[in-house]
Amino acid sequence: MTVGWRRRKGGGFRTLLAAGALAAAGSFASPPVTAQIELTMYYPVAVGGPLTKIVDGLVADFMEEHPDISVKAIYAGNYNDARIKALAALKAGEPAQLSVMFAIDVFELIEQDAIVAFDDLVGESGREWLDSFYPALMANSRALGKTWGIPFQRSTIVMYYNKDAFREAGLDPEKPPRTWDELVAMGKQLTERNGDQVERWGVMIPSTGYPYWMFQALAIQNGQELMNAEGNRTYFDASATVEALEFWVAMGRDYGIMPEGTIEWGTLRQNFLEGKTAIMWHSTGNLTAVKNNAKFDFGVAMLPANKRRGSPTGGGNFYIFKQTTPEEKQAALELIRYLTSPEKTAEWSIETGYIATRPDAYETPALKKYVAEFPYAAVARDQLEFAVAELSTYQTGRVRKALDDAIQAALTGAKSPEAALADAQKLAERVLRRYR
Amino acid sequence: MTAAGRRLDFWWALEAAAAWLLALLWLAPLLYAFWAAFHPPEYATRFVLGAPLTLANFFEAWSQAPFARYFLNTFLLVTSILAAQFVLCTLAGYAFARFAFPGRDLAFALVLVQLMIMPEVLIVENYRTMSRLGLVDTIAGIGLPYMASAFGIFLLRQTFKTIPEELEEAARVEGCSMLQILWKVYVPLARPTYVAYGLVSVSYHWNNFLWPLVITNSVETRPLTVGLAIFGAPESGVDWSVITAGTLLAVAPLLLAFLLFQRQFVQSFMYAGIK
Amino acid sequence: MRASRRLNQVYGWLLLTPAAILLLSFTHYPTVATLWQSFFSTGTALRPSRFVGLDNYRFMLEDEIFWKVVGNNLLFAAGTIPVSIALALLMAVWVNGRLPGRALVRMAYFTPTILPMIAVANIWLFFYTPEIGLLDQILRSFDLPTRNWLGDPDIVLWCIIVLAVWKEAGFFMIFYLAALQALPPELEEAARLEGASRAYYFRRVVFPLLMPTTLFVLVNAVINSFKLVDQLFILTKGGPDNASALLLYYIYEVAFSFFDDSYAATLTVVLLAALALISLGQFLFLDRRIHYR
Repeated sequence: MTVGWRRRKGGGFRTLLAAGALAAAGSFASPPVTAQIELTMYYPVAVGGPLTKIVDGLVADFMEEHPDISVKAIYAGNYNDARIKALAALKAGEPAQLSVMFAIDVFELIEQDAIVAFDDLVGESGREWLDSFYPALMANSRALGKTWGIPFQRSTIVMYYNKDAFREAGLDPEKPPRTWDELVAMGKQLTERNGDQVERWGVMIPSTGYPYWMFQALAIQNGQELMNAEGNRTYFDASATVEALEFWVAMGRDYGIMPEGTIEWGTLRQNFLEGKTAIMWHSTGNLTAVKNNAKFDFGVAMLPANKRRGSPTGGGNFYIFKQTTPEEKQAALELIRYLTSPEKTAEWSIETGYIATRPDAYETPALKKYVAEFPYAAVARDQLEFAVAELSTYQTGRVRKALDDAIQAALTGAKSPEAALADAQKLAERVLRRYR
Repeated sequence: MTAAGRRLDFWWALEAAAAWLLALLWLAPLLYAFWAAFHPPEYATRFVLGAPLTLANFFEAWSQAPFARYFLNTFLLVTSILAAQFVLCTLAGYAFARFAFPGRDLAFALVLVQLMIMPEVLIVENYRTMSRLGLVDTIAGIGLPYMASAFGIFLLRQTFKTIPEELEEAARVEGCSMLQILWKVYVPLARPTYVAYGLVSVSYHWNNFLWPLVITNSVETRPLTVGLAIFGAPESGVDWSVITAGTLLAVAPLLLAFLLFQRQFVQSFMYAGIK
Repeated sequence: MRASRRLNQVYGWLLLTPAAILLLSFTHYPTVATLWQSFFSTGTALRPSRFVGLDNYRFMLEDEIFWKVVGNNLLFAAGTIPVSIALALLMAVWVNGRLPGRALVRMAYFTPTILPMIAVANIWLFFYTPEIGLLDQILRSFDLPTRNWLGDPDIVLWCIIVLAVWKEAGFFMIFYLAALQALPPELEEAARLEGASRAYYFRRVVFPLLMPTTLFVLVNAVINSFKLVDQLFILTKGGPDNASALLLYYIYEVAFSFFDDSYAATLTVVLLAALALISLGQFLFLDRRIHYR
């Protein structure tokens, strides 16, 4: 109570000051100053990563064109941190008008009543804008019949491969594996052993950080979705899901083309660059870093297929928070429309390797030229045709962790894939039952 | 020399070698950090004798993350905590050492509870309190739970108790007020305790991580440890050279102070431990 | 006289008040509030919090991760405490003896204490990284099979334990060193005159005299084994499959990534109970040695 009272008192004092200032201004009859709108945007990148500079640059361009809006970007770490920090700031009553957060946080954000649907903001003319993005990238944005997120920092999983290693193993470097069978066969040829030691592995798929994401690719390639569109049911124990996990485990245990145990998300790129693995599955977000650091000839390809091709989409969407004034919402919308315009999206994609989120961005001269020079930049886009929504449910943190744990348990041999996934399904059921 | 003496010498030499080997093992991580930070990235995981030296990693780290701001935050945090601890613990320690008041023993027991239940354990509830107070993402918010330190109160109480009461009497006869007595008699005589406690407190809060991680959101408040954790977050792909350079930057002030005032540090920790 | 005693009482409380307010707000109140919260469900915007009795505790008992984490924490304690104490004693004896380059060795032992855990975890990550990490490079140079140190549930916790021992032993060494230096030098002289061997002297004379220090260090080590989780944020995030998760880390995860405050409170109650048990033990067994006059 005391705090509230003190705040009110402070507010009163400030009002008084403002009134005084206004009166003073009025007496000099100065021209009215347009109200400055301040936006605080949370952004999920590690501070200081090269991405911060790119985002800062885009934001600065925006402010130059919109002098009445000032934007403060807060770099909050990884996706998880950004969500925690933004929600915590909202709870604490600190200003935050918009944020890039995990596309899959949508149900959680809805449940926290934290965000507004874009349909209600854009008006009639805006419907066209909402339809201008790749449908696969919008799959995670739609819930309860509305659109809650605008795709921005989006990726899919692609396959990076070391062409020099392919040549050494007597494989055609222009023909990366297209199916699971080819992956295993080529993986065996690519794995280089020296007695008991493995000098180079055939393939590495990371299983820390975001194991569920990689696994979702395997599942969809096996023809299996992992959750329903309502976000209240999961299919972790379906037989095709179990088969997918069995295949992942077998790559290490039976085929010997991948190290057993888990593979670290963060250090995998280093492993690939050091030539310790011939193939890695990783986010397209790594493309620029690999391009800049690889000392060998490398290639990028779509993930191989089993029953079909496929990869989940990944990455972050823009959200607008509910606790904001109508003016701030419009300003935030303006910023988002600016950053997702074809030109800016193209610029963003070139600098980072993330997908340009709309087809017309690939028609801009800049991106056209870039793709012509560096065709791998378009692999992720081409794969969008086969992409599915990323795993997203209510209580998504818990459900995701249940699946992560199951994957790691199976990969480390602690449980059979079937048992591990049955446990994960049981846990997910327990959490999701009350959302039906 | 006798045979027994020679045998002793042999064992002694073996022991010394073991002690040195352990010391080397204990320094290995730091040595590696120096190696990776001062060499180009391609030597980060490869140890070649003639590898070229470079400072580029430091420039890179410094430009990638707002280390200057982090340093400032940590400095503000550590000094404000220390200042508050000195004042609060001096007052409370004095009260416990020299005043008889009802409920004193119970109050002292309640203070000692904090030795066991450190603020780290109560992150969830303390976070709620801070958000109610509007102190999330402020340096004050990081520091507040630590400012009344049971350890400091205990340490100063023990020290004040050893100061002869005659000194206090003498000061009183000269007309000093209670706070003057505290300031002119007790505080100067307890100087070693302040130094010892100060060093322990500074190195604790310089290195503290979990609570600052929870309570800070922005560059303007984040201390070095949290900044470093985000800087080195494996999500973004690990670049050893730059990370070790950043790590060395972050530990440099404390490490340098430690190397310069090694005896002081060691003795302070000893002193704080015996009490 | 009576007036001055009354005044003294008032002064006493006045001096104590600022510290008392902070301690009450950030130690005692949250302890009680945590217990209170553990009987309520977590509220979201759509489902307000309500009283659920022991539901959270029931959920906890059925939570496999909880049991795993408790098991890990016990193993972590059992792995770090004896080894770090034994090493600390050994270090103290060495550094206290006539060792060439004693100051340098002492510095080496003590350095980990003043480095932030977060920073050193970054460095240790390099040691443990498979294939390109230091440990694997060493194994490889001896033609031994390499290991996936942090990716193997059977060894990941041991990797964490080794790091914790490294970080803590030098800190505990200091207390032993202080105790050793406080021993009267005549003692060793007398023992030598009696013809006692060094081992005998150490076992029968020094070690018993160090008992209070050992107990003090033990209590510290036990408390630390519950709160030392910083390294997990860098090295493993508790994985694989929670094989390296510790209780406080799990609490953090539940509170700040699942946003389940009530369940986090319930877990915190367990941690508080464990700490209370330790204090009780300390009170019963040690109090005569570390007395609060």
